[in-house]
Amino acid sequence: MAAAEFTTPELGDFSAIPPLAPDAMSGSKPYPASGKINEAIGFPAELVPDWEQKAVARLGELLKQYRSLKVYLDACVHCGACTDKCHYFLGTGDPKNMPVARQDLLRSVYRRHFTPAGKLFPQLVGARDLTREALEDWYKYYNQCSECRRCSVFCPYGIDTAEITMAGREILDAVGYGQKYSNEIIGKVHKIGNNLGLPGPALADTLQGVEEDVKEDTGADVRFPLDVKGAEVLLITPSADFFAEPHIDSLIGYGKVFHAAGISWTLSSKASEAGNFGLFIGNYEQLRKIALRVREAALELGVKRIVVGECGHAWRVAYSFWNTLTGIGAGADDPFAVQLQRQLDPRYKQPAHICEVTWDLIQRGALRFDKEANDQRVITFHDSCNVARASRMGDAPGGQFEIPRNIIKAVANKYVEMDPGTTREATFCCGGGGGLLTDELLELRVKGAMPRMAALKQVAEQDGVNFMATICAICKAQFTKVLPYYKFDRGMVGGVHQLVSAAIRIGSND
Amino acid sequence: MSLFFALLFYAAAVIFIAGLGIKIVDYVRTPAPLKIPTTPAPISAGGVWLRMLREAMLFESLFKSNLWLWAFGILFHGALLLVLIRHLRYFTEPVWFWVGWAQPFGLYAGFAMLAGLAGLWGRRFLVERVRYISTPSDHLMLALLAGIGLSGLGMKFIAHTDIVAVKAFFLGLMRFDLQPLPSHPGLYVHLLLVALLLIIFPFSKLLHAPGLFFSPTRNQADDPREKRHLAPWAAELERS
Repeated sequence: MAAAEFTTPELGDFSAIPPLAPDAMSGSKPYPASGKINEAIGFPAELVPDWEQKAVARLGELLKQYRSLKVYLDACVHCGACTDKCHYFLGTGDPKNMPVARQDLLRSVYRRHFTPAGKLFPQLVGARDLTREALEDWYKYYNQCSECRRCSVFCPYGIDTAEITMAGREILDAVGYGQKYSNEIIGKVHKIGNNLGLPGPALADTLQGVEEDVKEDTGADVRFPLDVKGAEVLLITPSADFFAEPHIDSLIGYGKVFHAAGISWTLSSKASEAGNFGLFIGNYEQLRKIALRVREAALELGVKRIVVGECGHAWRVAYSFWNTLTGIGAGADDPFAVQLQRQLDPRYKQPAHICEVTWDLIQRGALRFDKEANDQRVITFHDSCNVARASRMGDAPGGQFEIPRNIIKAVANKYVEMDPGTTREATFCCGGGGGLLTDELLELRVKGAMPRMAALKQVAEQDGVNFMATICAICKAQFTKVLPYYKFDRGMVGGVHQLVSAAIRIGSND
Repeated sequence: MSLFFALLFYAAAVIFIAGLGIKIVDYVRTPAPLKIPTTPAPISAGGVWLRMLREAMLFESLFKSNLWLWAFGILFHGALLLVLIRHLRYFTEPVWFWVGWAQPFGLYAGFAMLAGLAGLWGRRFLVERVRYISTPSDHLMLALLAGIGLSGLGMKFIAHTDIVAVKAFFLGLMRFDLQPLPSHPGLYVHLLLVALLLIIFPFSKLLHAPGLFFSPTRNQADDPREKRHLAPWAAELERS
């Protein structure tokens, strides 16, 4: 439908501010979830008749549960600091894609129903009733935010539009107007164990195939074990790693690292998914329920360490939320969490990112590389938003930037940085994160990728960059799709562990 | 008029303190169920204190965003602080030595404050994006602050008022002992607008001042793997 025809933006300066183009993206919205999909995860099948009261009531509940929402709806002064920071605004010019304007879609209703000023003088303070049109705006524009938090870096009060978007989507779900892509995937996780709906036997088959391929390539017996009780490490990775290109090359990289270091590890058929779309729809119960599968798998398999593969939002959930949601972490004194924390080895960070594991092994001299194996590549690194702005690696702030770069430099000779206005905490979203990686939103995804594509073009022309490494399954899938729109080769994007895989010495390490 | 202003200021003070108090208690009581600091973030409580201090005093994030906006913002808020310090002389007897020391700075700050406001207001007209997001109340808030500044400077440079009597009036208010307020139109306007500002503070975007200190993306330490963070309502889920 909406994805019919559009023009790919010209690539110039990544930060060039477009003139306002009101309603430029008012035709962009995802498919609504069907009744079956919604009911499977406990939401009303379709838009409920009394949606207005229900929506306002749900907003009232969220205001009691989330300090972020309450403070952020109050604190904004409309200063405009965020207005030129969103990749979707830079790529589309639609003013409702300015973070503050996106927030105001919800803030105006909050003011009308929950503040004296908005009840008494609605026009004065920009308060409005929740009309059908306003609800439609929520559905459109809360599904044009990838929850990447770039705006929150620049807001003088730290207002995070992701928190507002999540609340907006949660309210929409509560009245039966959720989006198909995320809700369908959440249903699959509960039913089958991963976002792609890959059942246990198929997963076992796939992994066996991977073992055979690696054997053919390297001659080494690198294992990709499934459901092995007593393994030291449980690896939780995005299910795209099991078969999508280029994701699978990183999976092979993880396997080779464990093999070379002699660490026993396993995947789990119960928790064969690192992704957690409960985050995207802002629903705490779903977020928790999906994360609990990992806890159960860890308890059943008796593992000592939990390691997470290359996936941006999954690492946010794992690093920032797992301890809260499931007790995977440290420092608990309640029985629920202590049960698991006793089992996990306290000498290691729980959970750990695969990049932390690999970098630690490199520093200890446990891995050796033939860097020349990557010499055909001039590599740059795309910081994934959730890793950059919502998590950490290692012991010091900013480790999430240094560690992946350190790994790349340890396994390859040619590395180039993109413009500093587009990396680290200022990184631009790939354009497909936050539950928007669906084909009916293709125009949004292509246009939202514009700032990153502009920065990539710069280093491609200046330094001959021909490979952009990243550590996120969504980034990989999104770039594979949109790179050709900007006349880049789709094979330009790949994982950090894909580079590790190419250069690591296995078998002859002793 | 003296009685009117006395009652107005008592009412304004009650609304300001109670309204703000209720808001702050509400912020304190509402849990932040998840760890959401915008990273890279400090990993210790001390680091968080420093981050908050930089945000509150230097507007660190705004500096990263937009230099013009930061310059106008820091000019206005810094000047406002000096002006407020200068005005402490109306509420203290004897005047604290550092308030006396700050008097000349406070005077020039009055102009700096207006310059900052003019810059912020200009953006609302000149920058297309900011024009789009501005509501009538955004303009009125600037008008209110500019009115306070202009009427204040007017009393200093155009038509003086009897500031000794003004001081006696406010010291009297603080002791519940009504003293006459000089009859002066500029003073009436100044005081009326100040009272209005106090009254609307707890109901408006002026809540950005306390809001900053309750912003989870700024005031949380980045330590989720080391410490378990659990909101009371989330802990309930574990018991079911």
